[in-house]
Amino acid sequence: MDTMEPTRAWHDLIRPDQVHGSLYHDPAIFAAELEHIWYRTWVYVGHESEVPRPYDFVAKSIGPQAVIMTRGADGRVHLLLNRCPHRGNQVCTEDKGNARKFTCPFHNWTFANDGALTGYAYPDGYAGDDMSGLGMGRVARVESYRGFVFGSFAADGPTLLEHLGGAAEAFDRLVANSPEGEVEITAGFLKHRVQANWKLLVENETDGYHPAFVHGSIFTVTPSGIGALYGPKSTALGRDYGNGHTEIDLRPEFRRIGKPLGWFGTSEERLPDYAARMRKTHGDARAREIMIDGSPHFMIFPNLFIAEIQIFVLQARAVDDTVQHATALQFKGAPDLNRRLLQQTMGSVGPAGFLLADDSEMYERTQRGVASLSPEWLYLGRGRNRERTDDNGHRVGHVTDEVTSRGIWRHYGRLMEAAR
Amino acid sequence: MSPGADAALLGEVQQFVFREARLQDEHDYAAWEALWTDDGVYWIPANADDIDPEKEMSIVYDNRSRISVRVRQLSTGNRHTQAPRSRLRRIVSNIELLGEDGGDFSAGSNSLIFESNLRADTIWAARTEYRLRRHEGQLKMARKKVMLVNNHKALHTLSFLI
Repeated sequence: MDTMEPTRAWHDLIRPDQVHGSLYHDPAIFAAELEHIWYRTWVYVGHESEVPRPYDFVAKSIGPQAVIMTRGADGRVHLLLNRCPHRGNQVCTEDKGNARKFTCPFHNWTFANDGALTGYAYPDGYAGDDMSGLGMGRVARVESYRGFVFGSFAADGPTLLEHLGGAAEAFDRLVANSPEGEVEITAGFLKHRVQANWKLLVENETDGYHPAFVHGSIFTVTPSGIGALYGPKSTALGRDYGNGHTEIDLRPEFRRIGKPLGWFGTSEERLPDYAARMRKTHGDARAREIMIDGSPHFMIFPNLFIAEIQIFVLQARAVDDTVQHATALQFKGAPDLNRRLLQQTMGSVGPAGFLLADDSEMYERTQRGVASLSPEWLYLGRGRNRERTDDNGHRVGHVTDEVTSRGIWRHYGRLMEAAR
Repeated sequence: MSPGADAALLGEVQQFVFREARLQDEHDYAAWEALWTDDGVYWIPANADDIDPEKEMSIVYDNRSRISVRVRQLSTGNRHTQAPRSRLRRIVSNIELLGEDGGDFSAGSNSLIFESNLRADTIWAARTEYRLRRHEGQLKMARKKVMLVNNHKALHTLSFLI
């Protein structure tokens, strides 16, 4: 792959407060990213609730690679590559289902749902051959945290928990919003394609500088208080967890306002069933704290974004082709909250969403903009003058600062440099 | 209904559908919004045509108040994905009366839409089902369901009125 490496060294492309425009549009850099990031590090694939029963399967991806997530007879989750080991045909063309076996339609080879070869047509032609190694390809490592399943093509490397590092606590805060301590993904995904590089999306997910401008149109017609969270007077924070993971921490604002469920523009009176279940699970005081703090807003590098009520899975398909898979989170044991989560999500995200259609417009305009020859660099220095370290040792800054983007690029640079 | 009355109704429905298409192509948002009944539902399912919109994600599933939000956002002039506006022309055909239910008429059509915007030129294709209701002598939309032929695939931004 050496011939695919960009001609400049990585440290010539990433500076502490600047990144080079070619990082977003050079196909050689995308090829190197596939090798060093998408096909090596932990990448989010799917959620355990999408394959609740034995033999369930669902079509997923890791970058351009099609992956089938299955639930084995023993309850374990497997990640298979959708390719027959015989002559390379696609084995499965269904989006989801329940199947004890996958059969390749080309020559009728049959596989268990953990990928093992279980049968092949006219076996006398293979008499004496060792067929035991001819299973479907598997993603080398599969681990999950709080039901979120990640895969890594590298046989060795950091564990998922090591990779998540300090950001694991954001998942803990997320699931605490469920009276049963679990989120579920049951509503299917909107698949929104953008002609833009995947890193523009990663950076934007925890960019607190843009909402007032990109989303001004919807804030104007549906006053909601969201705009003020991202204003210059907000007490909210941007956080760099390390390992490329970042957060917009809105809790300081929600605590200042002090209204349970205010984070979701509603109240305990309007969702009495949910509030009662939360108090039963957590006790009055803790339930009140959770309902004031609300659901977190964080980005797990390179492709999982939790936006309070939604999940986005970013799929890099080419240097300028990215798909956002988006759906509503559903909190287990919270039917009245879940209806509202779904309605709000449908309004906000996807190809026609009040918010994401405008974000996506910016991604595509930026993709065209960065192809300009000059200036060569993007400037990511906002808030360097006031960046500090929080009690857990994570870099934080004002919600509108670029502490998050700088954290993403610091990690990216290390991954790409280390891989040389 | 007699064949003559049917033909008259079909003509009226055709005129309604063609007018709606023109208002959409020309971004006449206020006139388009006035075509809706007070309980109108605008629905563009995702991933299949027959999903349950109360439980599964749709591209659009607007009740009347959200239709109004959509129109008001477009009307700000600051809805970036429609500033500049998409240039649009659509052909609507195969208009057919499908039935009558409690005073509402249902009708179907196929459409092929050419969109030109900053990103690219895009062709969209859809089956549309209308529920129409006569209100003070005029037909109005009580429900419009737009089934994109490729709603199971990843789609680029669709921020114009379809």
